[in-house]
Amino acid sequence: MRIGFLSDIHGNREALDACLAQAERQRVDRFVILGDLVGYGADPVYVLDKVMELHEKQDAIVLLGNHDAAAITGSIEGMNQYAREAILWTHDALDTAQIGFLKTLKSSFEEDDRLYVHSDATAPDQWRYVTDVASAERSLRATLKRLTFCGHVHRPQLYHMAPMKPAVAFKPQTGTPIPLMGNRKWLAVQGAVGQPRDENPAASWGVFDTDQNEFTYLRVSYDIESAAGKIHAAHLPQILAARLYIGR
Amino acid sequence: MAARQQLQTGTVLDGFTIGEKIHSGGMASLWRVTKSGIDIPIVMKVPTILDGEDATIIVGFEMEAMILPRLSGVHVPKCLAVKSIAEQPYVVMEYIQGTNLLKLLDEAPLAPARLAQIGAKIAAALVDLHRQNVLHLDIKPSNIMLREIGEAALIDFGLSRHLQLPDLLEEEFNVPMGTGPYISPEQVLHNRTDPRSDIFSLGVLLYHFATKVRPWGIPKFNRSLRERLWRDPVPPRKLNPAVPPWLQEIILRCLEPQAANRYPTAAQLLFDLQHPDEVRLTERAERMAASGFWTTMRRRFRSAAMDNEQVQQIEERTVTTAPIVLAAVDLSEGMEQLAVALRREAARVLHFVPGARLACVNVLKLNRIGLNYSRDEQGRNIHVTRLVELKEWARPLGLGAGEVTFHVLESPDPGAALIDFAKSNNVDQILICARGNSNLRRYLGSISSKVVAEAPCTVTVVRLPASANEIIEELDTLEQIGMP
Repeated sequence: MRIGFLSDIHGNREALDACLAQAERQRVDRFVILGDLVGYGADPVYVLDKVMELHEKQDAIVLLGNHDAAAITGSIEGMNQYAREAILWTHDALDTAQIGFLKTLKSSFEEDDRLYVHSDATAPDQWRYVTDVASAERSLRATLKRLTFCGHVHRPQLYHMAPMKPAVAFKPQTGTPIPLMGNRKWLAVQGAVGQPRDENPAASWGVFDTDQNEFTYLRVSYDIESAAGKIHAAHLPQILAARLYIGR
Repeated sequence: MAARQQLQTGTVLDGFTIGEKIHSGGMASLWRVTKSGIDIPIVMKVPTILDGEDATIIVGFEMEAMILPRLSGVHVPKCLAVKSIAEQPYVVMEYIQGTNLLKLLDEAPLAPARLAQIGAKIAAALVDLHRQNVLHLDIKPSNIMLREIGEAALIDFGLSRHLQLPDLLEEEFNVPMGTGPYISPEQVLHNRTDPRSDIFSLGVLLYHFATKVRPWGIPKFNRSLRERLWRDPVPPRKLNPAVPPWLQEIILRCLEPQAANRYPTAAQLLFDLQHPDEVRLTERAERMAASGFWTTMRRRFRSAAMDNEQVQQIEERTVTTAPIVLAAVDLSEGMEQLAVALRREAARVLHFVPGARLACVNVLKLNRIGLNYSRDEQGRNIHVTRLVELKEWARPLGLGAGEVTFHVLESPDPGAALIDFAKSNNVDQILICARGNSNLRRYLGSISSKVVAEAPCTVTVVRLPASANEIIEELDTLEQIGMP
């Protein structure tokens, strides 16, 4: 089975559609959506409808992210100024059915030898970042599962850790299938679909092939012009549109 | 972990019938196996895992299981099946028929021409491996097979590195990973990302075969591995006067402690091994003693400051840097303008690619039938005349001796000769002239169109802009021969 991993869509309709179109070419059977469906982008309604459809029709697993949790209540504690503005706007834009769907989401999910989680697995509801080998090691030690898939940092990165050894980081190349060899744990941090921050503006996602035991990081370009234009039109902070162009 | 099956002759595992055990070592055992539908001889390599689960063996096995299925070509054993460590671990691969290079060591010192020929085969295998983004990192005689068909094949990828995949050995060991006598200075300093490490180890192997002596002996302690960072080996010619200067030049250049001073690519090393006459001789070629006490001490002092951090900062190299560029130079009359355009293109390419090497090639066309004269009407040796003309053509480029070589090939089919040369020398780019922008030639087949169609690398076709007259003329011709 080929599982497509989408994380940090952040209300970016154009980026999501581009990833879904590429996923079809990549013969993806099923999706795992690692949270932060909304926040920042101007299309939370479309994104949520699309994700709910994937959940119902294709059995997609959907996880809660910190922006989703904030959008449910409109609570903006601990967020930066731009994220706050976007969350308040998003909260107003969503209807009760959409808020209701967000309320059903869990912050982590285990399946076979895999753990799906939005952020650091040590405390999924605390939204800690996995940004380096130390935080990756902390997260890897918190689970018995061989493979962890998370998002939250908007930069694709792979970590692996052999028994009794420290974690090691690996910078993956787009499009190269990486065998996740047996006798160690792996943590595949996904880049962001809707707001990449690794200086590459293309939407970032990945595919795990359970038969081959291989993970592939992928990138796809999308209509940034439209996505940014809608952010302006919605009077959301301009910087949220500008950063899409530079991927930062 | 699933219970592992005790293997013995006659057992059937995943469709493979276990045959005779042909090797039993500390790291792995090898069994001959058969499977219906597979008609090449194959072996199953099973890691020797004792109760303690030795990390070195497990990781070495995983490394090979990760890399071998991703490799192809005659220079590696064909991989047929891999089973992971979580189950019954094994790799099934082609059993390479031929001679292990270790057996040849008894015959050392080898004659220079024979050694260069064997060295070239190994270098060709490295070119192919590096092209696939893999570094072997354990080049030594026992890991090289000479196939019956003549090619060298590399075996045992337990210490190897795939530059696009995670390095499973990265965090495993505080000790350098490699084989004492052959390990490169970078590996001693824990850097496993430089293709030139394989060139160093091949240099050790060539030295050993040329002199019957290992350049730094067999290091007994890990700290004695560092000696190769600062101590020159005794020049091979001192140990064996039969070693010619060009061979010493090649060997000592491979053994330079700083990777930047070695051959930049295995393809360039291969080129020198195949063209001893074209090897640029430096002070290395004539050296008859290792560096003196004070120089050695100074280097030793400096090497103490080289630590892991510094080496890790070396940018990961892509393996196609320092390309070999072939300029197909046509020296015939009426081609003068094109020859100038070709030289301008060569200058442009060399300007942008540091470390590039230019091979200037001219083909002396032989008649398919009848006599071929080696002298022209004035009685001059045509081959030598062409060489002189080639050098004259390249002179304005102002290239140093190590940056340019000259070759006059003789063949009835110039296109095929150029393609063969490009293949056997791993040329990265061909620059070739096309006479005019002629559709007629495209229909009837020109040398350049043959080269474009069949060359194993990038081809740049150099043209002069066609004049209007030429185009009209060409259209007329096409009409006449019924090709509208």
